[in-house]
Amino acid sequence: MTVELLWWDGCPSHPETLADLERILREEGIAAELRRVEIESDEQARREQFPGSPTIRIDGEDVFPHEEGEPYSLTCRIYHLRDGRVSPTPDPEDLREALRRVAA
Amino acid sequence: MIAIGELAPAFELPDTDGDAQALLTPAVVIFTCNHCPYALAWHDRLMEVARDYADVHFYAINPNDAERYPRDSFEAMQERVRRDEGWPMPYLRDETQEVARSYGARTTPDVFVVDSPGALRYRGAPDADHQDPSQGASWLREALDSVLAGEEVARPETDPVGCSVKWK
Repeated sequence: MTVELLWWDGCPSHPETLADLERILREEGIAAELRRVEIESDEQARREQFPGSPTIRIDGEDVFPHEEGEPYSLTCRIYHLRDGRVSPTPDPEDLREALRRVAA
Repeated sequence: MIAIGELAPAFELPDTDGDAQALLTPAVVIFTCNHCPYALAWHDRLMEVARDYADVHFYAINPNDAERYPRDSFEAMQERVRRDEGWPMPYLRDETQEVARSYGARTTPDVFVVDSPGALRYRGAPDADHQDPSQGASWLREALDSVLAGEEVARPETDPVGCSVKWK
C-alpha cells in the first residue's frame, strides 16, 4: 500500500496529519510506504489535482472526495470532524477506517 | 507593520452592504476569510466575543486575493453574511490589501486589539486551540478585559495560527 500526504507550506496542518497517519499505521500494523509530496505552485496543484493541504491518497485515491468543480490550488483544505466541527485536518478515525478498508 | 504600543493604522473599508466603515476605538480588528478552516473553526468564538463586548468596535476584514481564491470574493462575503442572517460586526473587503499590509497581518485569523487612544495592545491568535471551542477566545478576552480596565495586557503577543494571507 502507498499512502501519500500532499501538503503545502502555507497551511500549518500537515505535521498533525503526518503524525496521525504514522500513529494509525503503527497501531493498525499496516505496512505502507508513506510518501510526503510538497505542492509548491498553482501549476503543480493543478497537475497533481490537489484540492488543498493536507490531501491524503491511498494507492492514488483521495481518501476524502472533494466537491465537483472545486479548483485545484494552494489552499488549506476544509474537513469536518465526526462531531461536525470544522477542522483543517481530517478526523483520525476517518483516516483509520480508510486505511483499514484498503488493507483488508 | 505595527508593534505593540504603536498607533494602529486608520482605515475605511466597504462592508457587505457597500457602506464605508472607519476604525473607531476601542476596537478588535480581525483579519479573516471564507475559505480557511482555521478562520472557520474560530469564527463562532469570535462572534460570541463581539456580542459580549458591546462597547468595543469589532471589524472582520477579508484581505485575500479573490481572483485566485474565488470563495473570498466580495459576493461570497455578502452571501455568507446573508446566510448567517447578519454578523455582530461588519465584514469588510480589503481589496488593495493595504490595510492588511499596514497591520502586518500574516494569517487568517489574525487578531488585533486597539485601545481607546488608538494604540495596539494585543496581536495574535484568539486562544490556544482552534480545535477546542471551550477555549472561548480566552486570549482575546483577557486582552480586552485588561484594556477596558486600563491595565497592562499580560500576554500582549501570541503567534497567529491559520492560513497564510493570500497576497496578490
